[in-house]
Amino acid sequence: MSYYIRRIFTLLLTVLLVLILTFAVFRIIPGNPALAILGVEASQEQVDMLSEKLGTDRPIGVQLADWLRGAATLDLGTSLRFDEPVAGLIAARLPVTLTIALEAVALIVLVSIPLGILAARSRGRAADLIVSAGTQLGLAVPSFWMGFLLILLFGLTLRWVPVSTYTGWSESPLLALRSTLLPAVALAIPQIAIVVRYLRTTMLEQLSLEYVRTARSKGLGERAVLYGHVLRNALLPVVTVIGILFGELLAGSLVVEQVFTLPGFGSLLITAIGNRDYPLIQGLVLFIAASVVVINFLVDLSYRWLDPKVKLR
Amino acid sequence: MKRSLLLSLGLLLVGALALLMIVSFFYTPYEPNAMKIAERLQAPSLSHPLGTDNFGRDVLSRVMAGTQTAFLVGSASVAIGSAVGLAVGIVAGYAGRWADELLMRATDALLAFPGILLALLLVSVFKPSLSQTILAIGILFVPSFARVVRSGVLQQREAEYVRAVKGFGAGHVNIVFVQILPNIASSIVTTAALSFSTAILVEAALSYLGLGVQPPDPSWGRMLNESQTYLAKAPWFTLAPGLLITATVLGFNLLSDGIRDALDKRG
Amino acid sequence: MTNTGKADAPVLDIRDVRLELATGSGRSLPVVDGVSLRVGKGEIVGIVGESGCGKSLLSLSVLGLLPPAIRFARGEILKRDGQALNRLGAAGLRRVRGKEIAMIFQDPMSALNPSLTVGRQVAEAIRLHEGCSRREAEARTVALFRKVGLPRPESLLREYPHRLSGGMRQRVMIAMAVSCRPELLIADEPTTALDVTIQAQILALMKKLREEDGTSVLLISHDLGLVSGICDRIMVMYAGKIVEEGPAADVLRRPAHPYTAGLLASIPLPSKKGSKLLPIEGSVPALHERGQGCAFASRCAHAMARCTREAPAFGYAGVSHAAACHLLEEEGEIVHAIR
Repeated sequence: MSYYIRRIFTLLLTVLLVLILTFAVFRIIPGNPALAILGVEASQEQVDMLSEKLGTDRPIGVQLADWLRGAATLDLGTSLRFDEPVAGLIAARLPVTLTIALEAVALIVLVSIPLGILAARSRGRAADLIVSAGTQLGLAVPSFWMGFLLILLFGLTLRWVPVSTYTGWSESPLLALRSTLLPAVALAIPQIAIVVRYLRTTMLEQLSLEYVRTARSKGLGERAVLYGHVLRNALLPVVTVIGILFGELLAGSLVVEQVFTLPGFGSLLITAIGNRDYPLIQGLVLFIAASVVVINFLVDLSYRWLDPKVKLR
Repeated sequence: MKRSLLLSLGLLLVGALALLMIVSFFYTPYEPNAMKIAERLQAPSLSHPLGTDNFGRDVLSRVMAGTQTAFLVGSASVAIGSAVGLAVGIVAGYAGRWADELLMRATDALLAFPGILLALLLVSVFKPSLSQTILAIGILFVPSFARVVRSGVLQQREAEYVRAVKGFGAGHVNIVFVQILPNIASSIVTTAALSFSTAILVEAALSYLGLGVQPPDPSWGRMLNESQTYLAKAPWFTLAPGLLITATVLGFNLLSDGIRDALDKRG
Repeated sequence: MTNTGKADAPVLDIRDVRLELATGSGRSLPVVDGVSLRVGKGEIVGIVGESGCGKSLLSLSVLGLLPPAIRFARGEILKRDGQALNRLGAAGLRRVRGKEIAMIFQDPMSALNPSLTVGRQVAEAIRLHEGCSRREAEARTVALFRKVGLPRPESLLREYPHRLSGGMRQRVMIAMAVSCRPELLIADEPTTALDVTIQAQILALMKKLREEDGTSVLLISHDLGLVSGICDRIMVMYAGKIVEEGPAADVLRRPAHPYTAGLLASIPLPSKKGSKLLPIEGSVPALHERGQGCAFASRCAHAMARCTREAPAFGYAGVSHAAACHLLEEEGEIVHAIR
């Protein structure tokens, strides 16, 4: 029990620090944030108006308190450019990014598990070496460039998938999935490489353990040993790794969405940066970072829950 | 045999790229920024082995010049990250208790920002430029170096030889720098090699988004951005910088794996 | 060599088996060199020896569970119907394992899968060989748990290995092994990882299985005292070879081989309190140091010149009792019975 309390405490502390950090970044610049946004040609009047709007004319402590209070009530400020609540803008773009990320997770699970098992089973032989070389490449290729290549191959040359069109969920779920497929693939490839390598390692570890010999001595065939016994134990840490990779997927999505011109978090953030829309940048970055922290926390919890040694406590 | 293969391949790739970079300081087939609109988007030929871009610039020359940026960003950001991370890690691991808790919580907060998000956040405050990119990426690396150094220091702090040297009256500075550091050097070097390849990827992404290295400074990421519009018409334009990024990252990854394996065997 | 004297064919017939270890440089060294032994129906046979003598590897070779580095170089291992186990392919071996011949291992904690319930692991063996439904297998598992003396068998079904004590885990392993009523149970150091009191219980259990079901047991151990508790016959192994074999009582009271005598003398017993401990001087020769003569020669108090030149053949030491020692040949009788 005390473990969970400690973990929740750490979680809250980390979220707090993230909040403070996103707040602080915009205030450490020397001079007036409003001035930085408007540029040197702005009149004093304009600067004052913006300062008031941003709330940067008040003492730092008050600003921070406001920010924290707002975050707790899911009020992340108002976008300068769009004049709408940041939270609303995030919610509008969330489905796209989330779809890509979840599709990527599905791909990761579907592809890396068989590949990891294959590599472990054929340790040292041709299949293993090929997989190893493949994962090295997968790790080295920048995912957004992979996006280019996928567009070249599947979009333009083979014309299997439409490029640069996004169909919303409300219109057609199937088409929505299709339009996010290529970006999901581009995102998934480096993560697949990581997971395959890790699964291979955990499987080889398990295969060297005694209970495998016992299972064989009972008369179980290789498939039964592998899937009924070894995989269970090897998969557990891998599942948590996939959970942790979710954060990387979100981050990578920011760039890949630009390649495919999809209306997700990525384009929202880039636009905001271009417009120096500080409130929007702040709110969006906070949302993403906080989500990652929470997801990692849940993954950590689920690992403890799944491990039989801890389950019945 | 497989282990030294990794190391040799890594060295080979990195060495070849470093050579390319050095050569580019003295010679490139054409002036990398020289535009010749009449010759835009030409396919690879004898006069332009990698073709020309949308401004008629020679892709090969630009890609060679790009190695300079890549290595500069990589080395500088790793230098910053490792220096600060070293300091943080030593204080956290050696001074212990309060300092450790505080620094580790701060590190955790930094680590909560996945990959490029932190760099984007930092870059959004200032005008994008080469130095901003280097600084942002450097900060990105501090947590991983800090962690590696901290755990190394924690491990070695209680080791026999440290106690022995203390018995001879060695001071803290001596213990940390002369005794402990050499023993954790290997993990630092491995982290450095890995961080280098991360730096290349992050810089490429930032420059692609227009938030990293600015023109006219050559950057592979920037070239990828420029090539996107002409994907169908001039695919070679996108292949060259992409392949080079891949090669550089692969080289440093293999190097890092190779070093780690080689040192594992010894230690 | 040995004669079971029974009408039935032996449950296990190991003939002149040689196992080799492949060294990096292309050579192969024998870890088990020309071992023959038989286990009759309902017999409990013990193989005793120090660690490194090859007894574990020998036991693993029966069911084809040798590690990749060890090669089955020569010999035959026959089961009761005359089929040679060493010639069976993977599918054939799988049919035998757990069904006709079963095995239990030294450390029940690592030998059981930590993430599966013990009920599931036992039921798995039953369902595999007898193809019954899950419920039937569970029912039989409960009956097995009861038979091996486990408390509260129904609730035990859903427990995980780490929640059980060492003795209980070993009982689970035994239940798993005998679930399909094999003719032979091979037990490789089954009590080494357990407390002394539990040891006795496990041995008693094996005796009970022999009595109730006629299960033969091949017990491997380094502990001569342990083996003397339940074995009908004892084989003493040294440096890859059997150096003495015979009825347990005989071997223990009138050991014919100096090594066996040495082992017996070195067992600390309450009756010897106050007198010096008598370890056997020296150590087992390494794999590559085993030459042509008797492997024990370097440590034998009675060694003669002949011993280093020539490997001894088995000599008669009593009814069904033989030992490989030159002394036996020369003197024609045992010259070094212990007091």
